Amino acid sequence: MADNKGVMILAEAVNGKLAAISTELLGAGRKLADDLGEELSAVLVGSGVGDLAQEAIAFGADKVYVVDDALLKNYRTDSYLAVMEKVANEVVPKVVLMGQNSVGRDLAPRLAFRLDTTATMDCVELAVDPDSKLLLRTKPVYGGNARAIFTSESMPQMATLRVKAGEPLARDDSRKGEVVNIDAGLDASAIRTEVLDTVIEEVEGIKLEDASVIVAGGRGIGGPEGFQELEELAKMLKAAVGASRPPCDNGWVPDTIQVGLTGKIVSPDVYIAVAISGSSQHLAGCSGSKNIIAINRDADANIFKEAAYGVVGDWKKVVPAFKEKLKELMG
Amino acid sequence: MNMIVCVKQVIDPEAPPASFKIDASSNSVVPPAGVPPVISPFDEQAVEAALRIKDAVGGKITAVSLGTGLLRDVVKKPLSMGADELVLLEDPAFDGGDSWSTAAALAAAIKKIGEYDIVFCGRQAADWDAGQVGSGLAELLGLPSVTLAKKVEVMDGKAKVERVIPDGYEVVEVSLPALITVSNELGEARYATIKGIMAAKRKEPIVWTPADLGVDASTLGTAGRRIKMLKLFQPVREGTCEIIEGEDEADAGANLAKRLSEAKLL
Ligand SMILES: Cc1cc2nc3c(=O)[nH]c(=O)nc-3n(C[C@H](O)[C@H](O)[C@H](O)COP(=O)(O)OP(=O)(O)OC[C@H]3O[C@@H](n4cnc5c(N)ncnc54)[C@H](O)[C@@H]3O)c2cc1C
Ligand SMILES: Cc1cc2nc3c(=O)[nH]c(=O)nc-3n(C[C@H](O)[C@H](O)[C@H](O)COP(=O)(O)OP(=O)(O)OC[C@H]3O[C@@H](n4cnc5c(N)ncnc54)[C@H](O)[C@@H]3O)c2cc1C
Repeated sequence: MADNKGVMILAEAVNGKLAAISTELLGAGRKLADDLGEELSAVLVGSGVGDLAQEAIAFGADKVYVVDDALLKNYRTDSYLAVMEKVANEVVPKVVLMGQNSVGRDLAPRLAFRLDTTATMDCVELAVDPDSKLLLRTKPVYGGNARAIFTSESMPQMATLRVKAGEPLARDDSRKGEVVNIDAGLDASAIRTEVLDTVIEEVEGIKLEDASVIVAGGRGIGGPEGFQELEELAKMLKAAVGASRPPCDNGWVPDTIQVGLTGKIVSPDVYIAVAISGSSQHLAGCSGSKNIIAINRDADANIFKEAAYGVVGDWKKVVPAFKEKLKELMG
Repeated sequence: MNMIVCVKQVIDPEAPPASFKIDASSNSVVPPAGVPPVISPFDEQAVEAALRIKDAVGGKITAVSLGTGLLRDVVKKPLSMGADELVLLEDPAFDGGDSWSTAAALAAAIKKIGEYDIVFCGRQAADWDAGQVGSGLAELLGLPSVTLAKKVEVMDGKAKVERVIPDGYEVVEVSLPALITVSNELGEARYATIKGIMAAKRKEPIVWTPADLGVDASTLGTAGRRIKMLKLFQPVREGTCEIIEGEDEADAGANLAKRLSEAKLL
């Protein structure tokens, strides 16, 4: 244990830039590294990603390990696992962090078992215990009904961080850091999965993750026609449309607009929840919103506990009048 | 096609949030009164994924559940849906484990079952929401894994899996044997039929203890835990919702628009 040193994060590239989650991890990792008095490193894995090393430094890394290989262009469990195992064995970090996104969800537990250690998934808070110096991992459990704080002596200490739970540092291009290239050393035949196709289900309009206003519908919307009505409201407000799980499961809307624990995590300024009861699993995806507005005919619905403003009533009556008035007010 | 599905009994995750209680002194969850446990919904869908393959190409499905206080009516659900065998790892030594010790015990059971082409898990258990046991099993068994499946088909010793990604899905081909975790996008699990329920009633589960698995009790349950829980708590909700009223529902809707624009939110 004494030999493990430093905090390491997995950095991902999206469209030639560092992914938002990676800057969030660098922000959270910087704080942990400072509290430990150790170094923060980023592992940049991909194909043609070397240029982003400086960006990782600008967001807080002291050192960037670049693993650049054509075989790493797209995420595959076996290739990324082999690379992270290699880097972890060379660098011997104390803490390894990834995002709770499609890469981290798949890779972190597998890497933890490979390294004979243990990970805590989907943390919303990470800290260094002042006494033991161990990583304190706070994680929502029971669908968000409770939180647990875990710790472990198994090295390296691994965790994934929920999207938007970390605060990126302001980008500082004058920061200096070291860049180290590591050879991926991959054997293509050891990659046991092949991606035959990638199907992107493009949603029109503003992306949920980027929207400052979201109009979301739940089971009480009743069908795809109801969502057209929400769609119109969203257009007026330049908002994105989201949904709780039942409308996705029922095929009224695409799966990709599900908000919640197992869907998208969003934090707009305004989240208008229409005919959504406010299950803990749904709130896990939207409770970071600055203002939740609830429209629900059940005065006791849990969503009102989270909402800043609410109307108790049938959305079929409330929403059209809400739209009319908005139109008038917006001129 | 021999398939194994790992199925966990959990407190009903759809029980109303208000019924959720914690006993702070023991850092544990108090099961809500009158709400029976269920098998974790994603695991039910993992059973469904296996059944669809069985429907298509034939095969045998073995469900495995680990825990204590496993209610027979609950853990027999896979049998009533159409699975062939049920193995229970039910012994105090398995109790209180973490993802590590749970995966270690399940891996030993899967090895003992012996023949398998696909091991299915849910994407995450609906209680601790970890999503680790599946990938951990794959690692312990030396299998390739595909997580978050919404569709699984098999042909020529391979599985073709549609894997959910944030903006759609990937079509992934994996050689068998493999481990696959299932997400809710797979679609609803089938209902048990009367015939299935009757068959499940008659079928006795196979119960294995650590000795049956030939594993060292120090790797199991509480003893095998690598992670320590310091605290379990319920986050406080502030809850100061301003309810907007009106003469009728439409009027309340109009007033909401006014209030939100006054507050400069829209
Ligand atoms: C492990 C796990 C993960 C999950 N992940 C997610 C997730 O990521 N996202 C998610 O959303 N869910 C998730 N769920 C499901 C979750 O538990 C709930 O079942 C779901 O969120 C309920 O959706 P809902 O609020 O739309 O439906 P319901 O709970 O059925 O609520 C419908 C609401 O609509 C109201 N209503 C009905 N008609 C009208 C009307 N005419 N006017 C006004 N109001 C009306 C009702 O009063 C009610 O409050 C998950 C569940 C599990 C077990
Ligand atoms: C009092 C108490 C204390 C606890 N303390 C800790 C703790 O300190 N640290 C900690 O990490 N966890 C702790 N847990 C959580 C518990 O041990 C976990 O449920 C266990 O680690 C299994 O992992 P998971 O539920 O997170 O499964 P996941 O990894 O989320 O499950 C994924 C899939 O694996 C399969 N699976 C998981 N468990 C089983 C099972 N039992 N039988 C069959 N299939 C299964 C299912 O297919 C499931 O969908 C505690 C639980 C209790 C009740």
